[in-house]
Amino acid sequence: MQASSKPGLSVNIVTNTGTATHGETASLPMRMTISKVDFYYGSKQILFDINMGIADKRVTALIGPSGCGKSTLLRALNRMHETVHTSRLEGEIQLDGQNILAQDVTTLRRRVGMVFQRPNPFPKSIFDNVAYGLRINGIKGSISEMVEKSLRRAALWEEVKDHLHKSAYELSGGQQQRLCIARALAVEPEVLLLDEPCSALDPISTAKIEELLVELKNLTTIAIVTHNMQQAARVSDFTAFVLTGQMIEFSATPQLFTTPSDPRTEAYITGRFG
Amino acid sequence: MATSGTTLPNAGPVTGSRSFLSRLRDGDEIARLITMVFAASVVLITLLLVYELWTGSALARAKFGLHFFVTQVWDPVLDQYGALPFMYGTLVTSAVALLIAVPLGIGAAIFLAELAPPRISDTLQFFIDLLAAVPSVIYGLLGVFIIVPLMRTVIFPGLNKPLGFMPFFKGPSYGVGFLTAGIVLAIMVIPYIISVSREVLLSVPRDQREAALSLGSTRWESTWKVVVPFAKTGILGSIFLALARALGETMAVTMVIGNTPTISASLFSPGDSIASVIANQFTEATGDLYLQALVELGLVLFLMTFILNGLARILIVVTTQRGSGVPT
Amino acid sequence: MTARVKWRRFVSNFMLTLTGVCALVSVSVLFFILGYLVFNGGTSINWAFFTQLPKPVGEAGGGMANAIVGSAKLLMAASLFGVPIGFLGGIYLSEFSGSAVASVVRYAADLLNGVPSIVIGIFAYSVVVLPFKHFSTLAGAFALGLMMIPITLRSTEEFLNGVPRYLREGAMALGASKWKTIASVVVPAAYRGILTAILLALARVAGETAPLLFTAFGNRYWSQGWGQPTASLPVMIFTYAVSPYEDWHRQAWAAGLVLLGLILIINILARTILSRGIAVPRS
Repeated sequence: MQASSKPGLSVNIVTNTGTATHGETASLPMRMTISKVDFYYGSKQILFDINMGIADKRVTALIGPSGCGKSTLLRALNRMHETVHTSRLEGEIQLDGQNILAQDVTTLRRRVGMVFQRPNPFPKSIFDNVAYGLRINGIKGSISEMVEKSLRRAALWEEVKDHLHKSAYELSGGQQQRLCIARALAVEPEVLLLDEPCSALDPISTAKIEELLVELKNLTTIAIVTHNMQQAARVSDFTAFVLTGQMIEFSATPQLFTTPSDPRTEAYITGRFG
Repeated sequence: MATSGTTLPNAGPVTGSRSFLSRLRDGDEIARLITMVFAASVVLITLLLVYELWTGSALARAKFGLHFFVTQVWDPVLDQYGALPFMYGTLVTSAVALLIAVPLGIGAAIFLAELAPPRISDTLQFFIDLLAAVPSVIYGLLGVFIIVPLMRTVIFPGLNKPLGFMPFFKGPSYGVGFLTAGIVLAIMVIPYIISVSREVLLSVPRDQREAALSLGSTRWESTWKVVVPFAKTGILGSIFLALARALGETMAVTMVIGNTPTISASLFSPGDSIASVIANQFTEATGDLYLQALVELGLVLFLMTFILNGLARILIVVTTQRGSGVPT
Repeated sequence: MTARVKWRRFVSNFMLTLTGVCALVSVSVLFFILGYLVFNGGTSINWAFFTQLPKPVGEAGGGMANAIVGSAKLLMAASLFGVPIGFLGGIYLSEFSGSAVASVVRYAADLLNGVPSIVIGIFAYSVVVLPFKHFSTLAGAFALGLMMIPITLRSTEEFLNGVPRYLREGAMALGASKWKTIASVVVPAAYRGILTAILLALARVAGETAPLLFTAFGNRYWSQGWGQPTASLPVMIFTYAVSPYEDWHRQAWAAGLVLLGLILIINILARTILSRGIAVPRS
């Protein structure tokens, strides 16, 4: 159990059972906690002493200018950084109180899912895309029912129910991204990570996905990286502002956007840089 | 990018383009004409090649027609020629070669593209490229002195004892034969499968692999169930390319196949291939019909490789283009 | 970790190791080949090999001087025939032609490239041997030169296309005509790639045997001039290897070592030139 507060950070109380408080906000359990995390690519340090939490069944947004390290941080949460040989993570990241770095990575990635910046469906049918995770994990039960459930949760079912065996590439960009969300949801992850999921999409698709995210938080904990502040303000419950690899401020969204404690946060959200 | 003629103040008729002679004084036009002649000669040579093959086999084509492809007899004494034993030999040796080379080649390509760090992958690919540069006759040399004895002493007993009841593995074996030629061919075509497959696999977008991993796949699962299927068209193209190479291979095959026009189910039987029989008998062909039958075999070989190479090119281009952008 | 996950991880490690084995096996073939050649042919490489003519059938000893010279002559003539066509044709494609014409020429070159070498031999036979009624060095050089054309053409076009526009425009802005620009700026900028391609083409045809079987044919003695049949290293290897004489087998190994050594050296040289730094980045 550790409690710490650092100058410049608005919220920073992290415990194993997971509670975070800020001012008058009610305490909430943390699904994931990040403590004293440093990240390096080779000898270059990207993240400096990150401390924060991902609140259970809430949406947490990571905002900041390009290249600040927010995607790197997100990808560490399901150990995707390990696909790059030279990456090195120091510190502790916990899921439900257990250090993810000490667990089997295959199992972890089933519990912490990811949706990527550009839609990346597999060269398979719509059905097989969603079923992929179910099949490799050997999940028992009716695959078609589970596929339908996921597609409904991703608000895509009505549009594809008669075309399940068509290639995923025949869908539009927005539909493909919702397919990727359905694919990730199929294995019922406890946390869903989204890395700028709307940056390659048109405004209408973006709006649909934002609606989706607000509904999905009842199902699963969500962490989203976005460079669109308005999106963060619309969609998230907690927001973390990252600048050049440091966590500048982390608090409830309304607080961060109306009364930010750090002048750098204020400068960013008022558009003075970014 | 064609040059346009510029009008000089006092050249040619006022109303229109310059006359040919005045354009000729311009160095650019001469350069264009000269290089065009050379470029055109490439096309002309190719057309001439097809023409020579066609006319050089006219007698045989007229005499045998389509029966050429189904006749088993190859008898210079009676002047009766049929392509069947050679087509059989070509196809069987190529099939054996692919059966061995495809799993090995794709496996190696997967290792080079997915697992090996870039420096090691490039170094190994360099050696593979050198392997592709080894001439056919050297493979033949090794075939004759290393593989043929190996076949007699190790491979034949090893396969014949347990599996001799199957028609494929019936003896006897003289060391030479379809299997020996197939093995030598396999070694020769592996570099092509590896090079092309490796490139195709490397062109698969990173986020395909990452999507598979993020769903909890193991590395093998993400490679085999997502990356390889994504690249399968290009990999198929590499196989066609390898097949085209195997079909046309002459020296290595002729040194180890046995050179008897036999059709037999046994892999240990000696046989012959199209390229091999041309190489052996061309200079000894007496009489026009004999020679023209051999030229017709050459025409057949040309057509087979032409079609395969064309298909291979289409398949490879399609995959590497697809990797660069998923259509939305 | 559940049992199922343990199994999947085991399968993953096993299969990935297997692919490593495949790669190892494939690469080691190269070293096996070199090893066997050195082991079997190394001791037979002596002064006699390079300087003596073949002895009559059945007699031991002798060398392959005529084959070495023959191969050299063939390659020289083949380059004189094939390289200019490929090079100048490539310049036409890259600098002058429209895209429709370019596609046709490129297609023809690709087609030519894919023709099995024995069929090239048949073609050379019809066009050079038949009219003159005998085998000759020229016929062999024609066949080999044909095989050099496609590689030279495509590479010339590719590397010339890779020369950036600003280099050309710089020269033209100074008043250079198009062909002067090409000769003095564009080609020098692309020379590394083009040279590499020519070397690789040379290495490829140096080992070709099939097209020589009925063009240059063979010769137990020196070949005078260009109109006579000539011995060549690859054909000698073939003839000696399939013969029943032990001494000839020994010489075949030696010749194989010399031939492969030469080809590998050219290849390594060519690739080193290319990787040392292409004069201009490729597009």
